[in-house]
Amino acid sequence: MLSGISLGQYIPGDSLLHRLDPRTKVIGVLAAAASILAFANWQGLVLTALLTLIALLVSKLPLGIILGSLKSLWLLLVITFLLQAFLTPGTLLAVLGPLKISREGVFAAGEIVLRLALLILIAFLPTLTTPPIKLTAGLESIISPLQRLGVPAHELALMMTLALRFVPTLLQEAEVVISAQRSRGAGFTTGSPAKWARSLLPLFVPLFAGALRRADDLAVAMESRCYRGGANRTRMNALKFSAPDYVVIGVTLAVLAGVVALRFI
Amino acid sequence: MSSIIEIDKLSHIYSPGTPFQVTSLDSISLDIKKGVFLAIIGSTGSGKSTLVRHFNGLLTPAAGNVRVCGIDTADKKQRRNLWRSVGLVFQQPEHQLFEETVFTDVAFGPRNMGLTEAEITERVHEALRLVGLDPLEAARMSPFCLSGGMRRRAAIAGVLALKPQVLILDEPTAGLDPQGKRQLMKHIEEFRRREGATIILVTHDMEEVALMAERVAVLNRGRLVMEGKPREIFSRAAELTAIGLDLPAPARLIRQLRLLGKPVRTDVLTTAEAEEEIARLLGETQC
Ligand SMILES: Nc1ncnc2c1ncn2[C@@H]1O[C@H](COP(=O)(O)OP(=O)(O)OP(=O)(O)O)[C@@H](O)[C@H]1O
Ligand SMILES: [Mg+2]
Repeated sequence: MLSGISLGQYIPGDSLLHRLDPRTKVIGVLAAAASILAFANWQGLVLTALLTLIALLVSKLPLGIILGSLKSLWLLLVITFLLQAFLTPGTLLAVLGPLKISREGVFAAGEIVLRLALLILIAFLPTLTTPPIKLTAGLESIISPLQRLGVPAHELALMMTLALRFVPTLLQEAEVVISAQRSRGAGFTTGSPAKWARSLLPLFVPLFAGALRRADDLAVAMESRCYRGGANRTRMNALKFSAPDYVVIGVTLAVLAGVVALRFI
Repeated sequence: MSSIIEIDKLSHIYSPGTPFQVTSLDSISLDIKKGVFLAIIGSTGSGKSTLVRHFNGLLTPAAGNVRVCGIDTADKKQRRNLWRSVGLVFQQPEHQLFEETVFTDVAFGPRNMGLTEAEITERVHEALRLVGLDPLEAARMSPFCLSGGMRRRAAIAGVLALKPQVLILDEPTAGLDPQGKRQLMKHIEEFRRREGATIILVTHDMEEVALMAERVAVLNRGRLVMEGKPREIFSRAAELTAIGLDLPAPARLIRQLRLLGKPVRTDVLTTAEAEEEIARLLGETQC
């Protein structure tokens, strides 16, 4: 049930995309998202789709995993498509009882679903191809200029690293607790809402107790190694842009510019 | 004697079809007779916990099949009810307590069985006394105020209260002090005597195995590499050390004596037997 891999989990690999500097990937995703959400008309969308396709191919991720990341959002995509297709007025294509499908509806639906799907795929690319620690290091480095405005960049990044680090641990622990309570006949699914909420207690009490215990242990472990927040810390593996990073940033920005141009020219 | 658990070419794969795929059990066949005390040993990650989770239907085979009390665990409907006859005490069960008092926590299983209040109270009291906790105090105490060892015992009582035909314990004595270990083993032996239950003990403690088990199954990297009586298994010392296991301490001591040329039996397993051999040896040399 909770087994298998969670959505967007890092898949180790050695592709160009894996080796890029995390900052490059964040910048790339921001550029792509901006073009999809704000600027792209349908020609721009096709251009972004091409870029995404190339990125997916370069990443060498198994197809199953890429589609898997869309899986839990399938329903959303389908519903969006149907609503758009049925509710947009225009030239009639087909009539199903009281429902009318228009040409314009199908086009609009296709476009919005493509937008959503692209956005999801692109958003998952960095998490699929970057170890969480590196990704947060990248984010930290990107938001660190804001430190002068009083944004605690290092602390934010640390919080994120820890949260990401403990997601799989908590999932695993939840699985053990569920199994253990099942072995004593717990059912987690049946009954009225009140009953259902109560039936979750055997899961959540041990899970929270465990999370608190872990947090305590971690705090002690960090303090006993004299950890102090962001002041003057340096990195063991400093982030460094190399040639491919400049090329990738160049290409994504060029595509963004192209999309903007297609829209306004 | 008839079999209570029959395992036929069981394989298990975690996260199949992903890059994280792990074959944790590989074609295991094993017959567990009714009423037997079986120990399962193997180094960390050898698949012990995965194997025992197949015994009460928490996991289902990727290949092969498992029959427990005549029920095929692949059968979804019947699998749901296996917990009534197969009690499984997880690794570190003290982390699974959740109720406000020890009493209600132990009562969780019996309540799910649909017993009457009177029956529930009786079972809870019996289970608590079996693990050496006072039932009257337990009604007042929160599990979160107990010491680790007492919490462990409370959690084990929660499974004993189900009165399972098969009791599985996954490293129940890990992290307990020597006396706590001995006591817990005594409680388990007592439960076995009273209920005539089949006991399956997963453990890293070879002395425990030597002292308690009638049969031993040895796992290595998801494969069953040996199965037999403790004396047979521990006579294959070289093979055991090769897969990261060891002999019980008394057996090691006697083997050392043997290597020094002393005339001792080599099939010694328990402290009592070792004492006897050493006494004999001393007696001989004195005369
Ligand atoms: N939920 C899981 N998801 C993926 N792999 C798992 C999972 N649980 C266990 N494994 C893997 O299956 C193998 C067997 O694990 P298992 O927990 O059965 O070992 P074990 O013999 O009980 O070890 P230990 O003595 O440490 O408890 C290991 O390689 C482990 O990494
Ligand atoms: Mg284990």
